[in-house]
Formats: sequence, structure tokens, C-alpha cells
Amino acid sequence: MATLAQEFSKGVLKENPIFRLLLGMCPVLAVTVTANNALGMGMATLFVLICSNIVVSALRQLIPARVRIPAYILIIATFVTIVDMVMNAYLPDLHAALGIFIPLIVVNCIILGRAEGFARKNGIGRSAIDALGMGVGFTLSLTILGIIRELIGAGSLFEVSVMGAAFQPMVLLALPPGAFITLGVLLGLFNYLFKRMGIE
Amino acid sequence: MELLAIIFVAILANNIVLNQFLGICPFLGVSKRIETSLGMGMAVIFVMTLAAIVTWIVDILLLVPFGLTYLRTIAFILIIAALVQFVEIVLKKTNPTLFRALGIYLPLITTNCTILGVAILNVQAAHNIIETIVYAIATAIGFTIALVIMAGIRERLELANVPGLLRGAAVTLVSAGILSLAFMGFIGIVTL
Repeated sequence: MATLAQEFSKGVLKENPIFRLLLGMCPVLAVTVTANNALGMGMATLFVLICSNIVVSALRQLIPARVRIPAYILIIATFVTIVDMVMNAYLPDLHAALGIFIPLIVVNCIILGRAEGFARKNGIGRSAIDALGMGVGFTLSLTILGIIRELIGAGSLFEVSVMGAAFQPMVLLALPPGAFITLGVLLGLFNYLFKRMGIE
Repeated sequence: MELLAIIFVAILANNIVLNQFLGICPFLGVSKRIETSLGMGMAVIFVMTLAAIVTWIVDILLLVPFGLTYLRTIAFILIIAALVQFVEIVLKKTNPTLFRALGIYLPLITTNCTILGVAILNVQAAHNIIETIVYAIATAIGFTIALVIMAGIRERLELANVPGLLRGAAVTLVSAGILSLAFMGFIGIVTL
């Protein structure tokens, strides 16, 4: 049985949802135009992931196996609605920037994947740690991509101009094709890094 | 004219996969062969049109009059999940040939974010029922076109000499980026 620390770190490194499992790619490509949006999206997903994993784990004896997927989707959709309303009330700018990708957290494969693959077989504490690891891994990957795209595509970092007036931003990276290309190149880079670290 | 503009924008200028980043999972997952991507595309056209009609009706008749719009996400995803199951059962009974062709793609469609995405986009854009149907079909055709082109590219890529570290998903994403660049050329031809 894995220790709690291993349970946490596997989501960040070995089973990183984006760079290792390639799950939940839609928001990764769509909201990483700026680091701020990427971080916001990561946090929203992290919250839904932890809450849904805890509830699924707590109810794992009660949910009949045959209807478990609709039940999980309902649990996830409830927390997504909470995030949607809270964000709309307290962070209206971020809510407007993320737009349709907030309700679409419901169909993010990572969340249903962790409910089906982990939370329904493990205790509450362990499931929460697993969700925390996966969520942190997801948020970190998103933010890295957001930082790169914002820095090169707009010359700023968390909406603060850092590259100086002489810098000519490479607008391609802020546009949709830039998302695909940056993620593809990063994926290759991470393949190399993981290989060096001995993670296959 | 309005409808023609919706069709053009949904298929080419604002392609759901290459420009709006919805449905990336099937785009990367089922685009290895042209035949499978066509099958997936047909299943999406079918389900997306049905889902758009049903969610539009439920939104107009139930959610808006009773002030329940905050339940939209939950209601829509439940409708889509139920609809996919329903389509699966009906097809199995009435049209086994079509079921064999589309069957394996249907379960994947519940978690395909294009379906929920288009349902929500339709409501947000305040489309009427005709616009809703046209937008759903055009979007699904755009999805199919992107998938089939990508499958064609990937069949070629298999024969290419790609550096080891970029093999697989990485080189697919970079080629998708170039494809997306090509589709950006359509932006600005028609303005809504």
C-alpha cells in the first residue's frame, strides 16, 4: 500500500494528468492564454476534484454499482454549479474570461476518472490526498503553460508587463494554434525530463 | 443569409476543435484512422443534433419559466447522459446495422465536451429552434472535418521519421497547431 506522500506525489509527477495521462486537455488548451486564467481554472478544478472525491468515497457503500456513473456525474455537477456561482459573485472578471469552460468542468475526464478509478475503492482521507495530488499536478501544468504563453505571446506575467518596451510579442502563442504547438513542444520536453528522472 | 453565416462560422472560421478547443479528447483519441474518425463524426452529428433540440426545449419550457437557470449545468448533463443511453437502446432494437457502426462511439460521447458545450452555447447565444438545429449540425460537421483531416495527417505521420521524444501525442499536437493555423485563414471572411 502506498504511503500518503506517494499518493500525493504520483498526481504531480508520475501520473501527472496532463503530461503523463493526457486527460482533461480542453481547458488546458483553451484557458492558458494568460497565467492568471490558467491558475484560476486549475484552482476551480482542484476544488471540484477534492469535493467530488470525498463525497464519492463517503458514499461508496451506498451507490449501487449499476448507476454509479450517473451518480458521480450528478455529484460533480453539483460542485461545478457551486464553483460557477461563487466565481460569478466574487471573481466576475475571471468568470467572464473562463466562460463556458467553467460548466464544462463537469465533463473533465480527470474528475470522473479519479472517482471511478480511485475514490470508489478507497477511504475518505486517501481519496482526498489523491485528489489534492492530481489537482495540484493539473494546476501546476496549466500554470506553466499559461506562464510560457503569456510571457512570449504578450510579454507580461500575471498581467504585469515584464519584458520591457522593446520586446516584440510573438502573438501566435496567444492564438489557438499557439496552444497546440506550445503544449506539443512542452510534452516533448517533459518526456525528456521524465526519462532523465527515470520515470517511465 | 443569417443561417448561412452560422454554418460557415461553425464549420470553418470558428471550428469547434481547432479554434474553441472543445472535444480535444476524442480529437486526440479517435483520430488514428480515417474510418474510425468518420464513425465518431457520424455519432457526434446524430447525438449533438438530438441533444441540442432536447436541451433547448427543456431550457425554454422548464428552466426559464420556473427560474431554475442555475440548474442548467446539472440538467443538461443529465439529459445528455440519458439521451445517449436512450439512443443506444433504440438503435440496438431498430437498426442493428447502424448500431454496429456507431455503437462503440456512443458511450464515449457522454463525456465529449462538445455536446454539453454546444447545448450551453446555444442557450447563451439565445438561438431560436431553427438556429439551434443548424448550429448543432454545422458544429458537428466541423468536428468531423477536423477529425478526418487529423486522421489523414496521422496516417502519414506514422511513416515519417519523428524524433523519439516527440513521438505520439507531442507531434500530433504540433501538427494540430499547424492545422489550426490553416483554419485561422477563414476568420474574417464572414462577420456575424
